[in-house]
Amino acid sequence: MVGVTNKKALSGERKGEITGKIIKISGPVVVASGMRGILMYELVRVSEEGLIGEVIQIKGDNAIIQVYEETTGIKPGSVVRSTGASLSVELGPGIIGGIYDGIQRPLLRIKDASGDFIARGINVRPLDDKKKWHFLPSINKGDKVEGGAIIGSIRETSVVEHRILVPPSVSGVVSSIVKEGDYTIDDVVAVVKNGETGVESEIRLSQKWSVRTSRPIREKRDPSIPLITGMRVIDTFFPIPKGGTAAIPGGFGTGKTVTQQSLAKWSDADIIVYIGCGERGNEMTDVLKTFPSLKDPRSGKPLMERTVIIANTSNMPVAAREASIYTGVTIAEYFRDMGYAVALMADSTSRWAEALREISGRLEELPGEEGYPAYLASRLSQFYERAGRVESLNGKEGSISIIGAVSPPGGDFSEPVTQNTLRVTKVFWALDKNLASRRHFPGINWLESYSLYLDQLEDWFSKNIAEDWNKLREQAMILLQKEENLQEIVQLVGPDALPESERLILEVSKMIREDFLQQNAFHEVDAFCSPEKQYKMLKIILTFYELAGRLLGNVPLEKIAAMKIKTDIARMKEHKNETFDKKYTEIITKMQSEFKSMEE
Amino acid sequence: MARMEYNTIREVAGPLIIVEGVSDVAYGELVKVVDSKGGKRTGQVLESREGLAVVQVFEGTQGIDVDKTKIKFTGDTFKLSLSEEMLGRVFNGTGKPIDKGPEIVPEKTADVNGEPINPVSREYPEEFIQTGISSIDVMNTLVRGQKLPIFSEAGLPHNQLAAQIARQATVLGQKESFAVVFAAMGVTFEESNFFMKQFEKTGTIEKMVAFINLASDPTIERIITPRLALTTAEYLAFDKGMHVLVILTDMTNYCEALREISASRNEIPGRRGYPGYMYTDLAMNYERAGRIKGRKGSVTQIPILTMPQGDISHPIPDLTGYITEGQIVLGKELHKKGIYPPIDVLPSLSRLMNEGIGEGKTREDHSGVSNQLYAAYAIGRDLRDLVAVVGEEALSENDRKFLHFADRFEETFTTQGVNENRTIQESLDLGWKLLSSLPEEELKKVKVEHIKKYMGKYVGKQADKKD
Repeated sequence: MVGVTNKKALSGERKGEITGKIIKISGPVVVASGMRGILMYELVRVSEEGLIGEVIQIKGDNAIIQVYEETTGIKPGSVVRSTGASLSVELGPGIIGGIYDGIQRPLLRIKDASGDFIARGINVRPLDDKKKWHFLPSINKGDKVEGGAIIGSIRETSVVEHRILVPPSVSGVVSSIVKEGDYTIDDVVAVVKNGETGVESEIRLSQKWSVRTSRPIREKRDPSIPLITGMRVIDTFFPIPKGGTAAIPGGFGTGKTVTQQSLAKWSDADIIVYIGCGERGNEMTDVLKTFPSLKDPRSGKPLMERTVIIANTSNMPVAAREASIYTGVTIAEYFRDMGYAVALMADSTSRWAEALREISGRLEELPGEEGYPAYLASRLSQFYERAGRVESLNGKEGSISIIGAVSPPGGDFSEPVTQNTLRVTKVFWALDKNLASRRHFPGINWLESYSLYLDQLEDWFSKNIAEDWNKLREQAMILLQKEENLQEIVQLVGPDALPESERLILEVSKMIREDFLQQNAFHEVDAFCSPEKQYKMLKIILTFYELAGRLLGNVPLEKIAAMKIKTDIARMKEHKNETFDKKYTEIITKMQSEFKSMEE
Repeated sequence: MARMEYNTIREVAGPLIIVEGVSDVAYGELVKVVDSKGGKRTGQVLESREGLAVVQVFEGTQGIDVDKTKIKFTGDTFKLSLSEEMLGRVFNGTGKPIDKGPEIVPEKTADVNGEPINPVSREYPEEFIQTGISSIDVMNTLVRGQKLPIFSEAGLPHNQLAAQIARQATVLGQKESFAVVFAAMGVTFEESNFFMKQFEKTGTIEKMVAFINLASDPTIERIITPRLALTTAEYLAFDKGMHVLVILTDMTNYCEALREISASRNEIPGRRGYPGYMYTDLAMNYERAGRIKGRKGSVTQIPILTMPQGDISHPIPDLTGYITEGQIVLGKELHKKGIYPPIDVLPSLSRLMNEGIGEGKTREDHSGVSNQLYAAYAIGRDLRDLVAVVGEEALSENDRKFLHFADRFEETFTTQGVNENRTIQESLDLGWKLLSSLPEEELKKVKVEHIKKYMGKYVGKQADKKD
């Protein structure tokens, strides 16, 4: 499980650069000859323009390379140069608030270099190497440190303290450490001498890590704390823990992106990594436009101050799309190792799988199901396995929750990407086209979705929110399931044929659906619903059910269905989280007295 | 450097030719092909190896032989000559003038494949475009810089609708230079003629650039036609500051051409024989819509596609829907009832609507009215199914109101004349009129104060009080 750094793996054993010659170009795939000695997944520079590529297959002297930039205009005979490194991300202060392409090139500075359109062959360093950061060391000379240890920190944004970690492969005694002060990412802030090998390692504010290798940890733990998302259907019915995995499959227009963005905005993670993988350019612009102005409901700070964005829009090179999710998850791991709860959204993993398929097709590999390569399932599970709640090398607890959107063709969940994703993720939020076309948002189908974490999270909810949280949730779910069965009967014989007790179930389920499950992601208050408010809202509806049930037989259902209190219930979601306690008491009192007056 | 001319074709298959013994051929390079009779064609390199190149010929390969046909690699990618003179002109699918006018004197040339707009440079689209069509303006609002396709079926009036949008589209309170770029791929002469006549009639023709590939023109040409249109649109928008509406019809024909090339190359097919990279390829076209910070113009796209057998899950509409910012779906049922435009609002969607509507843009009540109409219409439509089984008598009083609401919605709100241009206020008021037939406590999606302000019966009352 322990990964090795790229430097150790690559530059150690080989002397000199390997240069080969292109013999074939087909879209993003280039074949070069004379590449003997090149390593699998080594990064290469293609042609005189220096396009970035990665070796994905080796056949004798020939290396097959996927190129992360448009290959138009490249000719056979052009040179290919080895770089001695694998595809890596640069980790250090300045990452937060950044927007990067699939291979971590900063789009903001690419704009400065190439204007409004992205030209190719642009080489911009991911992090700003001019900027000085205020570094506060937390260790002393002579201290013994292991890989992953924290040697100091930088206040990167008002909410994120960037902890500087010893690279995982380095350990020994600190032979020097700088004083508190301002340093750039390239300044050496400490030197660690290994007692056994005598090797001295310089530690800078930034380090590199190969994206295809997961960063080492001490151990994985069972997730047991929920990631509070502020979305009622998720937190109440299908919760995901910090360190859990979830899949959101749904056809187009069912609300995948809105759901992903809501999660990125309101979930109580410390760091958000948002990967726009093969999606719309305007969507990324939307994130860039809204995040800086939106405030985290807990810290009150702009959301951008805890967010990293990876954007490979659908018209950007397809090979970089394949890399984008690894770039994202490696950045997530880095912050996890600092002891943070990271939430990673990948929208959409289907585009990533299609990129895999496209490249596989160009390699003329034997296809598996629907043309996807046979290794689709293993790649997907490798990716999701990088989630988890862990004890990092320095003993701090961190987590990565991965929430992957899936875009099944035709909304058909039986296709390979959805099916293989469901095999590895433990939460399934099924987006339903029928709900979406009724403008029931979020369009998460309550009967099809599931969370396998319910048991693990039960304790937390009953301790932190309310003793009867789980009971309420079960009761509401049973009503919704009954409604489904009753609806079938109604479709056949009409509602009048049902006894009043069952019609009351229909009435209350409708309230659960419309007044609880439906949530407006764009409403100033309703967008985020605290778990306390969720509990009270559900409690109000179920109290209504209980009180109404007592009256049945004495009072006709029509009268109950026409009660005034229903308007209050319908509007309760618009009431502020902070003062909902008062509203709750108010509604309950009003409800009791209205029921009482009907009794008389 | 003088480029070599070759006559070493080894193989001709479908739209592709394979040339041997070549050197220094760039991937994506533009190729001139001269057939044995001296006819000139253009092509593009799809694969380049040492000593071998695969070339797709845009005009098709009919009449090409292996001995006499000459191939010249130009060393350049496919570039389009651009100038403002293009306005009012008609070109064929590969960009040659077909209106008997002179060649274009280029002000600049640009690669037809374009380059991706950097997401950080994009300006989020939020300027409301009034199309004058209620079911678009209120329910699926179009904004500047959006790509909003029309999903249609054979036999539905999508062309009339697209032409009506092109005629009526305005941004409220602004007089700015606009242009229409029209690309036809594999359409019949009548269809193409219909558009041209429409534009002529309204004087739009002066402000229009057309690229026409007819059904009888070579299939392969269709690959390049939308790229020419979008390159022109980007030039007019971002260099010349115009607001450009691009109509692409019919994208289904474009995708068929893509499939044809893929099959000729013996590629491993994805769904239904379409190539695995169709998503990326479509995105390269559709994503060329938008606005750029600090530049005046915009590119708004309305691609039209006919869904084979009306199947929205067919790969073409499906992949399109994943890229575009919503879709306008036309329904056969509505058309059969004689409703024009037969826009089925339930599966239709505009993703950029939220930012383009509301106070100061359309009207404060817009979002609420739209959501309420949707929800009520959806309930009404469901009840129709129920009525088919149990009869209307079995419905409650309330349900019957929704049932009738759905009918009236189609008859008065969706239905409008081919030349009827409704303002957004008229459309919203029409919505309120319909909503007033429903019980007020059912109107949960509109704000209470908006009910008091806009619903007919209250509007009257408030006026009374003032007297």
